[in-house]
Amino acid sequence: MAEKLKLQEVEVWDGNMAFAQAMRQAQIDVVAAYPITPSTPTVHGYAKFLSDGYIDGEFVLVESEHAAMSGCVGAAAAGGRVATATSSQGFALMVEVLYQAAGMRLPIVLALVNRALASPLNVNGDHSDMYLGRDAGWIMIDAFNAQEAYDLMLMGFKIAEDLSVRLPVMINQDGFITSHTAQNVRPLQDEEAYEFIGEYQSVNPMLDFSHPVTYGAQTEEDWHFEFKARQHKALMDSKACIQEVFESFKTVTAREYNIVESYEMDDAQIAIVALGSTVESAVFAARKLREEGIKAGVVAPRLLRPFPYEAIKDALKDVKAIATLDRSSPGGALGMLYNEISAALYQGDNRPIINNYIYGLGGRDMTQENIMEIFRDIKKNADAGKLVTPLQQFSGLRGPKLSFF
Amino acid sequence: MNKEIRNLKQFSTSNDRFEGAHLLCPGCAHSIIVRELLNCTDDNLVIANATGCLEVCTAVYPHTSWDASWIHIGFENAATSASGAEAMYKALKRKGKLKDPDKPVKFVAFGGDGATYDIGFQFLSGAVERGHDFTYVCLDNEVYANTGGQRSSSTPIGASTTTTPAGRISYGEKKMKKDIVSIMAANGAPYVAQVSPNKWKDMVKKYQKALSIEGPAFINAMSACTTEWKFPSNETIQVSDLATDSLVFPLYEIEEGHKLTITYRPRKIIPVRDYLGAQGRFKHLFKKENEYLIEAMQKSVDAKWELLQRREEAGV
Ligand SMILES: Cc1ncc(C[n+]2csc(CCOP(=O)(O)OP(=O)(O)O)c2C)c(N)n1
Ligand code: SF4
Repeated sequence: MAEKLKLQEVEVWDGNMAFAQAMRQAQIDVVAAYPITPSTPTVHGYAKFLSDGYIDGEFVLVESEHAAMSGCVGAAAAGGRVATATSSQGFALMVEVLYQAAGMRLPIVLALVNRALASPLNVNGDHSDMYLGRDAGWIMIDAFNAQEAYDLMLMGFKIAEDLSVRLPVMINQDGFITSHTAQNVRPLQDEEAYEFIGEYQSVNPMLDFSHPVTYGAQTEEDWHFEFKARQHKALMDSKACIQEVFESFKTVTAREYNIVESYEMDDAQIAIVALGSTVESAVFAARKLREEGIKAGVVAPRLLRPFPYEAIKDALKDVKAIATLDRSSPGGALGMLYNEISAALYQGDNRPIINNYIYGLGGRDMTQENIMEIFRDIKKNADAGKLVTPLQQFSGLRGPKLSFF
Repeated sequence: MNKEIRNLKQFSTSNDRFEGAHLLCPGCAHSIIVRELLNCTDDNLVIANATGCLEVCTAVYPHTSWDASWIHIGFENAATSASGAEAMYKALKRKGKLKDPDKPVKFVAFGGDGATYDIGFQFLSGAVERGHDFTYVCLDNEVYANTGGQRSSSTPIGASTTTTPAGRISYGEKKMKKDIVSIMAANGAPYVAQVSPNKWKDMVKKYQKALSIEGPAFINAMSACTTEWKFPSNETIQVSDLATDSLVFPLYEIEEGHKLTITYRPRKIIPVRDYLGAQGRFKHLFKKENEYLIEAMQKSVDAKWELLQRREEAGV
């Protein structure tokens, strides 16, 4: 049995350490991993715990990320708790297997430290990798800081392994900004954390030889459609479990999580919708603007998949103008958040003016100034009652302004 | 535990963990190779299968031919799924969470030559280097059969395939077959062997050895493919006989990366042209302008046989 670690009430951890500690407390049976910046320290931390006897699972040092996820799928199908960590190119190399993990309904947890995708090669944080995985059938949850990375990682196991869910879960945090910045984190003690997650419960494990199982069978037009429909339903239905896990976490820690987070939204007329560490910056900017009498607010989907359309509609039911902030190259379209937020609101009674801002690619800073400028921009739309600024703009770009539509 | 096998009749009528109701072509050697492995042991089995003929023909929902734990992930990663499952077994055993901790479990991966020599090469190499306790069996039919007969890096020189078709100015595949067995021995697999289904006893003995050693074992199994090699479906064993007796496909094993033993010496070595002549994929070699290739192939087979014998003698 692995030894326990005594933790302080407040620890100073960066986001990677927060991930690694949560993975240790979950006492994962198998981790198969491959290094890539900026998620490497998660794996270093885990390896050190292992070598100091604080974990007694298996650590498979594979030769690539494709193999990391392949090993995770084999291990999870064998029947036990499984997780890995990656970023960017590594995540891209995993994509084929992400679909297979989800299709086989294996509760693997992936710590994804977000980073740009090449080319040009760039090690810094943006959300290109996260967006690349969005249709793979995984539950995707976003952490805005190190505390949340820790909390959500613990909750990730509980959600993935819930008997009503059995889907893989991805916890995202911003590369470097969150992953490498030391912050105060309030951890649970080991027993408490393990008790919260609970013992792993096997479903159709390959290691139960009294019930041989076939994983990864073939289906063509006769059955494939039904499988995919069931998988989609499982994903949509997982919202209820996620909500429950958030609530039970609150009873243990008094920390509250929602599938959509709202800040300063009670009387907001304009709102920014953002992800990751930008959420906290946007909240600061909104509070500053409120001192000038501008009623600004921030909405942040905690849950990216399944996308919380209803909760988004509810959070934005009274605003006049919205800026959706996408930290990913749009690749010939409006940004992902723009599309999702528009889709959510188009079904409601409130149809505010929605703009799309592309920002922070390759780790470019998103400053308070930038965010306030965006708020001021969309206020023009709110005041005019119509679109008077370009629909899609690049924010914080050097050189001439770049906008579309 | 290895099953005690006295004769073919007793073996072929013993428990069958690979069911006959599958969709492989009549005469496909894959099924013989697989059935004999599954049935040569009484241990529990976890089987990983790469994409390819074997996989698409044996697990079409809602059916399965596998009376054992079985997983297919993708074309390339059978060795890695076996790695993951084996790691989970070790972890759960250490934690005392296994249901039946005393009953031995064997981990086996099957992949075609495409899955093994090409796309899955890195995954196989990684799994062998890490030393997982598993047996990898390559079903070597020297072609991507499942996708319609394209060349792989196992395709022998002179074979006509759909991506290297023989034509007015081409005699087909131009490259030498990759020597996967030597590569795997050098990669650190403590046990490596070549088998062919016509020599079933040799095959079963090698399987049992591979399963009982600790660490990774690699077996390259010649798998005659009626469809792509183009021979009548009732001649699988005869074509395999021609392969082993002409020494195009010699049977041997390598232990600890160096100790080579030839396990079958034909009483009468037959010419390579007899083997080639039995298959449609080599038909064009018998045209006048290509005949020189048959001679060249004979020379290369002779040289390889000479090398194997010298390595065996040297014992280093
Ligand atoms: C990543 C990927 N690339 C290509 C394929 C298409 N594909 C499926 S099976 C196959 C050929 C299999 O050949 P081999 O491994 O030799 O096995 P065989 O069918 O001959 O037994 C190919 C190319 C795939 N499934 N996945
Ligand atoms: S195509 Fe060849 S390998 Fe595939 S099932 Fe038919 S005979 Fe077997």
